[in-house]
Amino acid sequence: MELTKQQHLELYYWMQLNRKLEDLLTNLFRQNKIVGGLYSSLGQEAISVATTYALEKRDWIAPMIRNLGAVLVKGYQPRDLIMQYTAKAGSPTGGKDGTAHFGDLKQKRVISPISMLGDLIPVMTGIGLGARYLGREEVALTWIGEGGSSTGVFHEGLNFAAVRKAPLVLVLENNLWAYSTPIYLQTAAKHFADRAKGYGIPGVIVDGNDVLEVYRVTQEAVARARRGDGPTLIEAKTFRRKGHAQHDPAKYVPQWMLKEWEAKDPILRYEKHLTEKKLWTEKGKQEILARIDTELKQELAAAEASPLPQPEVAAQGVYCDGCHEIRAEWKRSPDEVKPPRNIPSKWFKGRDPALAVAAIPPVAKPEKETVMVGANPRREKKQRKQTKQERQRK
Amino acid sequence: MPTLTYLQAIGRGLWEEMERDPAVVMLGEDIGVYGGAFKVTEGFLSHFGPERVLDTPISENAIVGAAIGMSYLGLRPVAEFQFIDFIACAFNQITNFVAKSHYRWGAPVPLVLRGPCGGGVHGGPFHSQNPEMYFVHTPGLKVVCPAGAADAKGLIKAAIRDPNPVLFFEHKFLYRRIKEEVPDGDVVVPLGQAAVKREGKHLTMVTYAAMLYTCLEAAEKLSQQDGLECEVIDLRTLLPLDKETILGSLKRTNKLLVVHEDTRTGGLAGEIAAVIMEEAFEELDAPVMRVTSLDTPVPYSPPLEEYFLPNAEKVMKAARDLARY
Repeated sequence: MELTKQQHLELYYWMQLNRKLEDLLTNLFRQNKIVGGLYSSLGQEAISVATTYALEKRDWIAPMIRNLGAVLVKGYQPRDLIMQYTAKAGSPTGGKDGTAHFGDLKQKRVISPISMLGDLIPVMTGIGLGARYLGREEVALTWIGEGGSSTGVFHEGLNFAAVRKAPLVLVLENNLWAYSTPIYLQTAAKHFADRAKGYGIPGVIVDGNDVLEVYRVTQEAVARARRGDGPTLIEAKTFRRKGHAQHDPAKYVPQWMLKEWEAKDPILRYEKHLTEKKLWTEKGKQEILARIDTELKQELAAAEASPLPQPEVAAQGVYCDGCHEIRAEWKRSPDEVKPPRNIPSKWFKGRDPALAVAAIPPVAKPEKETVMVGANPRREKKQRKQTKQERQRK
Repeated sequence: MPTLTYLQAIGRGLWEEMERDPAVVMLGEDIGVYGGAFKVTEGFLSHFGPERVLDTPISENAIVGAAIGMSYLGLRPVAEFQFIDFIACAFNQITNFVAKSHYRWGAPVPLVLRGPCGGGVHGGPFHSQNPEMYFVHTPGLKVVCPAGAADAKGLIKAAIRDPNPVLFFEHKFLYRRIKEEVPDGDVVVPLGQAAVKREGKHLTMVTYAAMLYTCLEAAEKLSQQDGLECEVIDLRTLLPLDKETILGSLKRTNKLLVVHEDTRTGGLAGEIAAVIMEEAFEELDAPVMRVTSLDTPVPYSPPLEEYFLPNAEKVMKAARDLARY
């Protein structure tokens, strides 16, 4: 689906809001107003914004710590993030947790992350499977860093999602650095997307600093998930331009690398695109920037007005004592899953585990390779030629 | 009332809950086609269908993770660990994701994690453990360890209906050894309530799971041989702990012995002793004593395992020491 002019500008608005909000948070950090660490997504805004923008309201996200843009697109206000970071009573977690660790099951459909990486992948798989069970065509999307993709739960989660064809989109943000660890100490593979082949799902590589491309590939993956064709692994190539968090000057990152990626800044690049395609005027741009400026001032004031939490709140809310209503929202008749009328829904046709043996072909036919993510056919040709030459030499 | 084994009673409870509420779904390794390693879920797949009974890959993190996601949608997933020892593989999901969810961001996680625990069946170090205390130490979870068949059925129903995450430890030694009359129909045993299984005036034994039968055997022998009348309390739920029943009994007997199959250091007995020190020190006529397994892994060879586990003789000896004090 082609983006309208208005949508193009919205993408720009969200990316700039993401960046300017982080600038504001950085200032607060320097004033010692932020209680814990502050994590920057400078240079990665296109991924958070475009992937979430490709979703519908009914879809689910689980952000990682650098996906500020994603929660903004999903409907959280900048004040929510400011209050989270400054540990205020008015924050979405009431001061019980900080950073991007918050969520909303009812309206915004955001699942709160935990600090342990990869755990969200099976959780979002469960969201997707649960929604399908309830007859709801909803998609679950989450992110993982290239570092987090080294965890065991990454494998467990993505494999399970693939086996069950869960409506999951996994965006792997390869920003080249996991804290101080470069990618060559993280994987021996050329591309992280290559792993998709091992799970029998598509792996797609995208320039993570190209907001429109990220939007396009995510939209395809979302459509695929919604159709019932299962998960997609998207590797968005990008770069972390700040340290792991504010305290980290990231001296381990070479200067040339930093310079190279500054030149690839996703916002500057998109501005150029908007100008070239005549999608905006200088006046239009200034209006957006002024709007963000005003909004952030108001948001900061609102956040600062919130007090710190009452100490005794610490003892509350460990258990649900009926304070939350737990009710499954069915979009099909629950009778369909009640015996003896339960007829496997269309997805399960021929997939009944009891029938699995019959589904295995008696003679395994060698399958022709159709998709090889990241493969360069010309290189393979060259390699074949080289081996031939070597053989001839012998 | 039908007579059911402990295993059948759990199966019946799960079955009735799935009949009652289409939001109840199951996932785990080999629970469908095979009916589970111990056959708790035998026949579930053909009756309830593959949408509700999910055979999974060998991925404990994914099993718990997917159950979390489903529970966020208001479903009531029941996940099985083939042996509860493998709960360690999902430790992070349980202690960090599940347990903290409601506290951190108000998202209840109404799921049940169940599986066979316990020794006495020569399963060796990785198929015999009692890992309940890792989770009793984790705020946000509930931990249930039934001993009787009727209790097991009533408690699994309560666990599934609870808005909080419940860990349900089924003692595999009891699966086919315990047979009792189990009430028909929808009888729910509330979580967090201990039960006095034998009344007595000389001392109180507090226990749970398979050790209930060890304590009952010891109590019977002590009554016959020594005229010593022991009160035996089955905790049934470890978290939340029913302090009132323990303290109420202590007020009558003034002596307390805690017996558990879990290892000694950091076991529940230590916590119960501390609660009594804080809340009922004046009631004590003797120090709180405990009979537990040794502080070692669970050994494989029968003589080693028998040496490792508490038994009626060890309980009787401790009870006599306590009575004499």
